[in-house]
Amino acid sequence: MAAAARPGPEELALLEKLLGLPKGNKYGVQGERKVPVLQTNNGPGLTGLITIAAHLVKQAKKDQLLGSTAEEKAVVQQWLEYRVTQVDGCSSKEDTRIILKNLNIHLEDKVYLAGNIFTLADVLMYYGLHHVMVDLTVQEKEKYLNVSRWFNHIQHYPGVRQHLSNVIFIKNRLYTNAH
Amino acid sequence: MRLRVAAGGPAALKVLAAAGAAAAPVRLVWGGPLGETAAAAAPLPGRDPLVPAPVIPTPRRGPPGLTGLLPPAEQPLAPLSPPWTPALELDSGTVLFSPNAICQFFFLARGEEPTDLTNQWLEWEATELQPAASAALYAQLVHGRKGLEAVEVLGKLLVHIELNLSRRGTAYLAGDTKSVADVVVWGTLFPVLQDETSLPSELQVLRTWFQSMTLSEACRKAADSVLMPKALLEFKSYLQKQPPPCLAMERATSNEPEEEEGSEPALTEEEITAAVDAWARGVAALPKPWQPQKPVLPVEGMRNVLITSALPYVNNVPHLGNIIGCVLSADTFARYCRLRNWNTLYVCGTDEYGTATETKAVEEGLTPQEICNKYNAIHTDIYRWFDISFDYFGRTTTPYQTMIAQDIFQRLLARGFLLQDTVEQLQCEDCQRFLADRFVEGTCPFCSYEEARGDQCDKCGKLINAVELKNPQCKLCRGVPVVKPTQHLFLDLPKLEEQLEPWLEQSWATGDWTANARYITRSWIRDGLKPRCITRDLKWGTPVPLDGFRDKVFYVWFDAPIGYLSITANYTDQWERWWKNPQQVELYNFMAKDNVPFHSVIFPCSLLGADDNYTLVNHLIATEYLNYEDGKFSKSRGVGVFGDMAKDTGIPADIWRFYLLYLRPEGQDSAFSWSDLMLKNNSELLNNLGNFINRAGMFVCKFFGGTVPDMVLTPDDKRLLARVTLELHQYHQLLEKVRIRDALRCILSISRHGNQYIQVNEPWKRIKGDEKDRQRAGTVTGVAVNMASMLAVMLQPYMPSVSLAIQGQLCIPPDCFVLSHNFTCTLPPGHRVGTVSPLFQKLEHDQIEALRKRFGGGQAKQTPPASVTLMAPGDPELIQELTEEVAKQGNHVRQLKANKAEKAQVDTEVAKLLELKKQLALAEGKSPEVLVPKGKRKK
Repeated sequence: MAAAARPGPEELALLEKLLGLPKGNKYGVQGERKVPVLQTNNGPGLTGLITIAAHLVKQAKKDQLLGSTAEEKAVVQQWLEYRVTQVDGCSSKEDTRIILKNLNIHLEDKVYLAGNIFTLADVLMYYGLHHVMVDLTVQEKEKYLNVSRWFNHIQHYPGVRQHLSNVIFIKNRLYTNAH
Repeated sequence: MRLRVAAGGPAALKVLAAAGAAAAPVRLVWGGPLGETAAAAAPLPGRDPLVPAPVIPTPRRGPPGLTGLLPPAEQPLAPLSPPWTPALELDSGTVLFSPNAICQFFFLARGEEPTDLTNQWLEWEATELQPAASAALYAQLVHGRKGLEAVEVLGKLLVHIELNLSRRGTAYLAGDTKSVADVVVWGTLFPVLQDETSLPSELQVLRTWFQSMTLSEACRKAADSVLMPKALLEFKSYLQKQPPPCLAMERATSNEPEEEEGSEPALTEEEITAAVDAWARGVAALPKPWQPQKPVLPVEGMRNVLITSALPYVNNVPHLGNIIGCVLSADTFARYCRLRNWNTLYVCGTDEYGTATETKAVEEGLTPQEICNKYNAIHTDIYRWFDISFDYFGRTTTPYQTMIAQDIFQRLLARGFLLQDTVEQLQCEDCQRFLADRFVEGTCPFCSYEEARGDQCDKCGKLINAVELKNPQCKLCRGVPVVKPTQHLFLDLPKLEEQLEPWLEQSWATGDWTANARYITRSWIRDGLKPRCITRDLKWGTPVPLDGFRDKVFYVWFDAPIGYLSITANYTDQWERWWKNPQQVELYNFMAKDNVPFHSVIFPCSLLGADDNYTLVNHLIATEYLNYEDGKFSKSRGVGVFGDMAKDTGIPADIWRFYLLYLRPEGQDSAFSWSDLMLKNNSELLNNLGNFINRAGMFVCKFFGGTVPDMVLTPDDKRLLARVTLELHQYHQLLEKVRIRDALRCILSISRHGNQYIQVNEPWKRIKGDEKDRQRAGTVTGVAVNMASMLAVMLQPYMPSVSLAIQGQLCIPPDCFVLSHNFTCTLPPGHRVGTVSPLFQKLEHDQIEALRKRFGGGQAKQTPPASVTLMAPGDPELIQELTEEVAKQGNHVRQLKANKAEKAQVDTEVAKLLELKKQLALAEGKSPEVLVPKGKRKK
């Protein structure tokens, strides 16, 4: 069975490693949706995947991963939100199809989710979609060609994939008449 | 920048309030949500408007409907957002569709950076508060709930805000000054809480905060401009058309069965207990396999299933599409029925009369009968090779055909369902004959296709009257035929329609008709039924037994379906017990979709009119088309695999069966692809199914001397039994509805469970451990080999030879070859297995590439999927190193481009990157040309 990053603590551990942070953060989960919680020594801790992830990025002093301009920052925020509301909230194959379709449209003219820069949105979307992409058929991967291209790119981005299984994408197109 | 909002859309509130609070210089564009008709008239070009994106009260899982709130001319602003959602178009062209991101942007633009705390509130708002607020708003607007009752779902969330505010002791959510968090949370709450009574009185701090927010200038203005009563009414009517929003915690109670592979349904205790009980009962839990008497005849009190597949036209060698469309689909279902102990008869045969045979005979210089004999043998061989389990494969050129067709004709005549009319028909004066059907070619009157046949156009599929063809030509002498009047007989379909409709209604209500079959039939009836000619001026056919028509024969459409009856009659003289017995017999017709009208309208009309208690179709199963690689199968162009060539490929029949059934065009067209065939063989059959069954058997042989060991089930094992039982139930559910392709996934899913089970429990390690470990190894091996045993039975309809091979290897008793709804222990401890050997062979890339070349198709020039098959000959360390360097350099280049670096510098770095890629390609033994990034390929 392919290793998958479950949303929450496991994913945050992957992110820590990617950011080069020392281990040692403790995570819990909260509520029915198992929302991750970062315990801190001072104060009530942080709750929520995006919140903690953004906190870790700042801790690692890699703020550029959150975008540099106001516009980039808002776009990153938007896709992070899309990840936790739509991708994590999807409960049927139909939902998944819609998400892949939307992303495919969005990525038509972009290298990364936020355009030309690699951001936290790419990382978390990659972790969030990994279990989906693993199960796609060759035909589906080809149908969502832009998503596949982006996903393949991100999984080869240094340090992102880690122990997650490598999703194979075939170079040539098999179903050209499907377009 | 332009901000588009819809009055009445609650999400507009927060973005307007945020724009106001942050004094953002936006140009406001108001858009009223469009009506459905207007929206439909102006769809977003190439975009999917049905997108449940993050949005406030609009239900997230809403169905398709309105495209957007923007006037048609200016629509494609926020392609990812549903109606009622604001969109912010930035000067750069970027569009923000998430209301929270828009708010965030306004605050960022004036220098207010997000903090951990504002982020946390925004995330909480998006994931927790929004869904609940949507539900509350829906309850208020649609169900008319009032006051506290309406905000019940918000209860805990309101308390959360109250506690946070009071614990921190700050005036605002993220500190002492107003931030984006306050605006966003207020904006979501206000539409629900504006009725003061909705706010629980004990939440004092929340109340204070809420009131101070509501009184602030930005919020007040936003509320005034958005929540106008009229606009709210519009929003309400929109909401009423949507399904109620679904909260995460409520989803579990949804009664819509989730049939997705990805989400594994939770197992209940009852399911687990039932699965364990069934397992323990062993073979006793299975019914005895039932062997019908030969010939198979309906049996009182049993389910009697009569299966036909469309009669293949004799002189066409069937291609893979024909095979999956008719005989193979029907065969799989027939085998399934037999395994269910249903009394099943499966008949088919070649359709031999008609003009095409006559034409072919002329071409080959033989008599029509000789042609039929020759091709019937070819068909028979092909189907035998594909292991099609006909109870009888006959032909239409038999005395029974004449007898039954003439009888039906006489009955129709006697009951006044036949009309006589003069037909203008094409006559070739050179050949001295009337040209029917395929003896004439010309331009299609509907689509202007130039090679349309006299009866049907191959391009648009419409049926044609030969005289309507433009520029008709005699197919034999290429002369121009002339129109001459001749007498013909017609089946009075308009008169029969009143009998047809109630029958159809009843058959649709009780039977399984595929969606395309219903659709095609409906559109036929809707277009109006016309009298249909049943005679032709030919020699090769069933003679018309009526004076004045003795030199004519029955038209093939009238004649051919009667072949089902006559073929059965050649199988048994008691054929009427199948065909005049609707009380006891259930009839399944299998065909491709082009054959539907003849089976759903014309033939039933003949039988209804003949009025002799005929068995009419109960379940009409029609497939879509199978394409070949990127085009159609074409005999004349030599493209595609035809039945007689399949065996020359060296690929076993069962692999063909598997792959064709795996892509059976159920619901939509599908395409045969060589690369995909190789992939499916190597992944699903070799690595998944074959690997599991082989390992299960090998463990019994290697570790337990060929004897199934004792099993002591742990809770994990019991859950597995229940999981497998669920898949088995799913398999039955799907096959009972003849969803053959989908049911095959259940088999693969069970073997996937099996592989995981072996992988997790590692019996090969435990066998070397202590007593307890060895016992565990025994249990796992025993359960696995029993799963393999059941898979052999489930696989039988799909891959009969492989199933037989497994039966032989594991020595599965013949009594276990029956399908029930239970997964039982059929190979109990002490059972001896035979010699276990691999079931499947890997398909190699070279072999497949050679086949692809041989059979044509547009893909031959392309590169194979290197990642799947090519074994890199190079040094793995070097490849690894180069791969990393390529990735690193690639990132470097992108970084430079993103930072808009000097062109010269970028070019140098790109050159380095290309050089690295070339080295990598060489190290991997690939040709460097294939490395064109696929994203850049021109379409």
